[in-house]
Amino acid sequence: MTNDHEADAEETQPPDDERSREELADEEPSNEELNPERDERSREEPPAATRRDEVAFGSGIAPELASGAGADPSPANRPVRDRIRLRRDKKSAGILIGVLTAILGFAIAVQVRSNSSSDSLSNAREDDLIRILDDQNARADRLNQQIADLQATLDELQRSGNSDAVAQQQAERELQSLEVLLGTVPATGPGITADITDPQHKLKAEDLLDVVEELRGAGAESIQFGSVRVTTATSFTDDSGGVQVDGQQVSPPYRVLAIGDPKTLDTALNIPGGVAATARNAGGDAQIVEQQQVDITARSSVPSPKYAAPGGR
Amino acid sequence: MIAGLALAVGVIVGLVLRPTVPHWLEPYLPIAVVAALDAVFGGIRARLDGIFDSKVFVVSFVSNVVVAALIVFLGDKLGVGGQLSTAVVVVLGIRIFGNAAAIRRHVFRA
Repeated sequence: MTNDHEADAEETQPPDDERSREELADEEPSNEELNPERDERSREEPPAATRRDEVAFGSGIAPELASGAGADPSPANRPVRDRIRLRRDKKSAGILIGVLTAILGFAIAVQVRSNSSSDSLSNAREDDLIRILDDQNARADRLNQQIADLQATLDELQRSGNSDAVAQQQAERELQSLEVLLGTVPATGPGITADITDPQHKLKAEDLLDVVEELRGAGAESIQFGSVRVTTATSFTDDSGGVQVDGQQVSPPYRVLAIGDPKTLDTALNIPGGVAATARNAGGDAQIVEQQQVDITARSSVPSPKYAAPGGR
Repeated sequence: MIAGLALAVGVIVGLVLRPTVPHWLEPYLPIAVVAALDAVFGGIRARLDGIFDSKVFVVSFVSNVVVAALIVFLGDKLGVGGQLSTAVVVVLGIRIFGNAAAIRRHVFRA
């Protein structure tokens, strides 16, 4: 407010200055810089008084002593009256300043409180509120867009996850059937048991292989010969002591388990000139029993391929 | 002295009474406070410069507040209230800084 102060002083001084120039001519060239109180007072006073005042200022006398009611000619009374008036003025001015600053403090406290207590929106201007609302709307739109995007991604992932699960189930079923067919897992189901006796050890490896081939031809899905699971790689070999199946010595009576359609399997073994006939010709017999449930417990081990790798599908 | 005491009293009264700002006054109160602060800083500076005049202080205090509020009011009517209040705060802030610098030079001689 110095600026105000100065501005104020500038406003008030020029007339004063003019006046003093008019009246004092060139007597006091530099009294503008004097105490502003002088301005105030000198404005109130009739022009005639200023002359003396200015002179007094110029001569370095304290303004409050020098100034006074211009009409009063007595120099003795003047300072006393002036002091009283000045004191009254000063008092009322002090009160006024106190009131104003108290109002300022009050306003500061109120403003700070209202700004911090209530949410700032209630104090905001209309256009500010509109802008805030716009911002929020834009933000909501962006977030909605994000939600939609993420939802789409989620749906896609779920779909692919579902198809993955289906594919996995498919693969597992395939794996299970392959395991059954390969003989790496126990199998159960309807089928037949065949007990082939050969008291004279006349049945050769190829006769036993015939049994397996007949069963396969009749659609047997899983075959156990003695204690050996018959797979695609199973071998039947003659040796001095009898027959080896997959390098394992087997001796009569041979017990063969097969899972498949019992009737078909039974028929396949009993066809004229078939397995049963061969056994009887060799002096033995073949007892074939159809079963509702045949449990094949022997397992074969599949060596992992050394050279062949899965080709592209 | 009186001013400082009165300021403290006003703050305390404001804190104790907890009045709510009337709605119509809400945009003007902060501006008026800043304007009054400018007047107070100017007064302190004038005091230190030895040219303090209570009348000038009172008039400038009141006129500062009124003019600031008037500018904001006019701005609100013209639809540029927000910008004008920013402008008023900036101008008053610069003046407060200037006065504070002068006060600092007086107080710390630096």
